[in-house]
Amino acid sequence: MIPELGHYALMLALGLALIQGIMPIVGTRTNDAALMSIAAPAALAQFVFVAIAFLALAECYVASDFSVLNVYENSNSAMPLIYRLTSIWGNHEGSMMLWVSILAFFGALVALFGNNLPVTLKANALAVQAWIAAAFELFILITSNPFLRIADAPFEGRDLNPILQDPGLAFHPPMLYLGYVGFSIAFSFAIAALIEGRIDAAWARWVRPWVLGAWMCLTLGIAGGSYWAYYELGWGGFWFWDPVENASLMPWLAGTALLHSAVVMEKRGALKVWTILLAIIAFSLSLIGTFLVRSGVLTSVHAFAVDPTRGIFILAILVVFIGGALALYAWRAPLLKQGGLFAPISREGALVFNNLFLTSACATVFVGTLYPLALEALTGDKISVGPPFFNATFGPLFIPLMLVMPFGPLLGWKRGDIVSAAQRLLAAAVLAAVAVAAAFAIEHGGPVLAPFGVGIAVFVMAGAVTDIAERTMILRLPMRATLMRAIGLPRSVWGTAFAHFGIGVTLLGIVAVTAWGSERIVAVKPGEIIDISHYRLTFDGVFNRPGPNYRDVVGHFTVRRASGDVIGAMEPSRRTFPARNMATTEAALMSRGFSQLYLSLGDPNPDGTVPVRLFFKPHVLMIWLGAIIMFFGGGLSLSDRRLRVGAPRPAKAKAKDKPALQAAE
Amino acid sequence: MTRKQRRLILIGAGLGVLAVAVALMLNAFRDSIVFFNSPSDIAEKHIGPGTRIRLGGLVKDGSIVRGNDLRVRFEVTDGKSELPVSYQGVLPDLFREGQGVVAEGTIDGGGTFNADTILAKHDETYMPKEVADALKKSGHWKDDYAQRAAMPVTGANK
Repeated sequence: MIPELGHYALMLALGLALIQGIMPIVGTRTNDAALMSIAAPAALAQFVFVAIAFLALAECYVASDFSVLNVYENSNSAMPLIYRLTSIWGNHEGSMMLWVSILAFFGALVALFGNNLPVTLKANALAVQAWIAAAFELFILITSNPFLRIADAPFEGRDLNPILQDPGLAFHPPMLYLGYVGFSIAFSFAIAALIEGRIDAAWARWVRPWVLGAWMCLTLGIAGGSYWAYYELGWGGFWFWDPVENASLMPWLAGTALLHSAVVMEKRGALKVWTILLAIIAFSLSLIGTFLVRSGVLTSVHAFAVDPTRGIFILAILVVFIGGALALYAWRAPLLKQGGLFAPISREGALVFNNLFLTSACATVFVGTLYPLALEALTGDKISVGPPFFNATFGPLFIPLMLVMPFGPLLGWKRGDIVSAAQRLLAAAVLAAVAVAAAFAIEHGGPVLAPFGVGIAVFVMAGAVTDIAERTMILRLPMRATLMRAIGLPRSVWGTAFAHFGIGVTLLGIVAVTAWGSERIVAVKPGEIIDISHYRLTFDGVFNRPGPNYRDVVGHFTVRRASGDVIGAMEPSRRTFPARNMATTEAALMSRGFSQLYLSLGDPNPDGTVPVRLFFKPHVLMIWLGAIIMFFGGGLSLSDRRLRVGAPRPAKAKAKDKPALQAAE
Repeated sequence: MTRKQRRLILIGAGLGVLAVAVALMLNAFRDSIVFFNSPSDIAEKHIGPGTRIRLGGLVKDGSIVRGNDLRVRFEVTDGKSELPVSYQGVLPDLFREGQGVVAEGTIDGGGTFNADTILAKHDETYMPKEVADALKKSGHWKDDYAQRAAMPVTGANK
């Protein structure tokens, strides 16, 4: 009964999405306020029915209803509740349900909180949102129905793919989807603006909170996925330039560019046409990401679906939405009015620089990810484009970006003074130089360029601090006055500083781990000792440990400092899942400050030795810590009053805020 | 400066960055692309020693020989030709005899493939796509490869 209810609710949601997609557009064309006002209640109702469908699926998983094919294939009654819930999105059908649920959720948010939007813009944007929802609901109903039943219900399910049975997977896909789908709002607003042929600075003010929210979720989602791959796959790498990872990185790069160009548009009314294009690109890349992961065109851990009809359906969605949006853009964009002027050296100029490099970096990732597919389709040659390609293209494009980043916030709008900005960054530059020298002195081995990488990271971090120091006039005013200034600073300024600082932290982690990480691969017998960096590990032996739906073969290692005192034990294991006859490597991690010891086991050899892979990862935690700082910065910026004014706020409060707003600027 | 000049500067900068990006990509493509080959391809194309390639096929049954210091030798087959592979390191979780494998490395003068990476990017429900295609091409694809893997294992743990 429950699955049928869910299936039916999804069909009703599709019907509602079609109404929401057609009526408001007709309304804006014929100037019919009644038709336009259908959009908001339809969006809310659509969300309610999609939510019912999603909850129905969740209930099937919680109750372990193996008469539902999707549950049978991906769940097992022995799994803990949390993994039964996460297996909802650990497979193709369920993850598409999650995608649509989030899409409908965002649509409902716009409907609820968009009271201060112009009526036509709101109606059109919700209609575009509904078209996306309708396409994906149709996709689920036709090719990927999660509610299919099996005639003879089996007693037990096939279990979730073991590498997905991990707490990280409870968090990473929903965050990623919140990011992907969040860009759909910017997309819908961009299309709505193109349909109307009119756009102004206020548009950027409405869209920016959505972009910022999506960017925050995507940042955390990518970082979460990276950490999951780091500890779960047992290879100790944090980024593999795998197509699936690239699929999430591309929208992030485009979204970061969009975030910055929207600032220019909001403050200065410039870059309108470009911002609209970026909004289209950011969501298009999200769609392409979905296509890459979900269609099975890639050989990758994430490609669960190997079904061509799905691929063709998603391809059709891509062609219609991306092609349609770009065609509309080509037709309508010339109608949009040009914005304000600015000198090349100015805040706007710096943000344009940011956009140029971010989009170019995004383009190199795009080419590297899709070229092998295109070549195989055209010539049949199979090639792989691996990390060397991305390191050789992405890296050089990112270095100038990092070097210019601290200058941006220090330059004035319209016309900036680069000499004065450089003077103010002098302290940061000196600090960076000291860091380079220190890195040369302390670390031995590793690439020659690595200390300069440290220097750039320190420059970025110190640059972010400089911005705040300059604005609060620290050391030049009494402590109290500085504090008052710090409190009075707009939160978006703090947000910028935190986000930029976070980039520096992540960069520092990447440089340190790549340049000075060490690795030992050995086969050990009980009692043997492995030395790495300043640590000494003793292998004590293996023992068995049963789990709820798996068996662990655990290796026990005692960790000592080089001086001899014991600092703990590490227990990596080989985990066998009988339901799938599959084994995974469960690495053991020990954090020492920001650094980590990383230990994983191989299959025991016939002679009784156990292959062991031991890494020392200096400052590796900074990579993800930086992402969390970026997320926090985004959150600060999102809580800025000035941003909120354009977004959710009842009509009454708006009138009150307007004068205050003008005074603040 | 007039609006026109500024726009020219902007467009010029854009094209400049794009040109740099394209140059970087072309340069990287020349050095870092790796072609995928089956053992038959290698026999036919006479790929010279030192060329970096990806080798894909099935791990031949009974061919795995483990040595000291985590050295392992095995043969990769596509049904037509075979190629001996040597590798040092920890093998991925899904490396088994009779299963698909993709290895990256170079061929040495003696005709052995020295792998520095063994990829394990597939789960147990399907073959690596390249390997499946190569097997189909050599006519040794059996439908039961896919079925065997996808077979329900209901009650297997009872």
